[in-house]
Amino acid sequence: MSPWLSWAITATLVLYFGAMGVAAWRLFRGPAAQDRVLALDFIYVVGMLAMLVLAIRYDSEMYFEGALLMALFGFVSSMALAKFLLRGEVIE
Amino acid sequence: MNLPPLPLAEGIVALLLLFSGGVVLVAALGLARLRDFFLRMHAPALASTLAAWAVTLASVLHFSSRGEGLALHVWLIIIVLSITAPVTTLVLARAALFRRRQAGEVLPPPLLGHRATPPPSSAPSPTSGRGLG
Repeated sequence: MSPWLSWAITATLVLYFGAMGVAAWRLFRGPAAQDRVLALDFIYVVGMLAMLVLAIRYDSEMYFEGALLMALFGFVSSMALAKFLLRGEVIE
Repeated sequence: MNLPPLPLAEGIVALLLLFSGGVVLVAALGLARLRDFFLRMHAPALASTLAAWAVTLASVLHFSSRGEGLALHVWLIIIVLSITAPVTTLVLARAALFRRRQAGEVLPPPLLGHRATPPPSSAPSPTSGRGLG
């Protein structure tokens, strides 16, 4: 791995974690509950992208399964929270 | 066989990764700066479409340039995201509509350039956000 690809990966991860920090601000401040759910879903997606970038960084395909699981569980948890906001209960 | 990594492939991978980082940061700033929930709702789509595509292309390119054949399994991420992201957004939008209508707001707001008129005789029913399936 050339040093500038390694530098680009570090810069990408820094950008990702900056974005996650901004979204966490929205998560803690968000005026309504749906803002917090939206920010949490966004943080899930960015964490999954960071997982894929780490797969390139460490040249290992093991991170891919983790990223797939994060995508699926992020969807399930956001869906459950949104259903809870919509109906007051998760499973009817 | 193990080919040495191609410098051109590494350059494209680096560019795609930096691009995705910038897109994700723009999406987060949109999430923080836009002034209404229904505007903010659009920002994370940037991360789950454009940035995810860029990272997936970078990953496919990186793992395919090792001389072990094409590595296309990362496309599964794109498939999962393209199925789940619209569903999450839609259900969340319906939840926001339902909650804000129950709080007494008139949604959707009147068009720009029109005077805000009081709603017609029947107030929006608080259950009209419930039509999910």
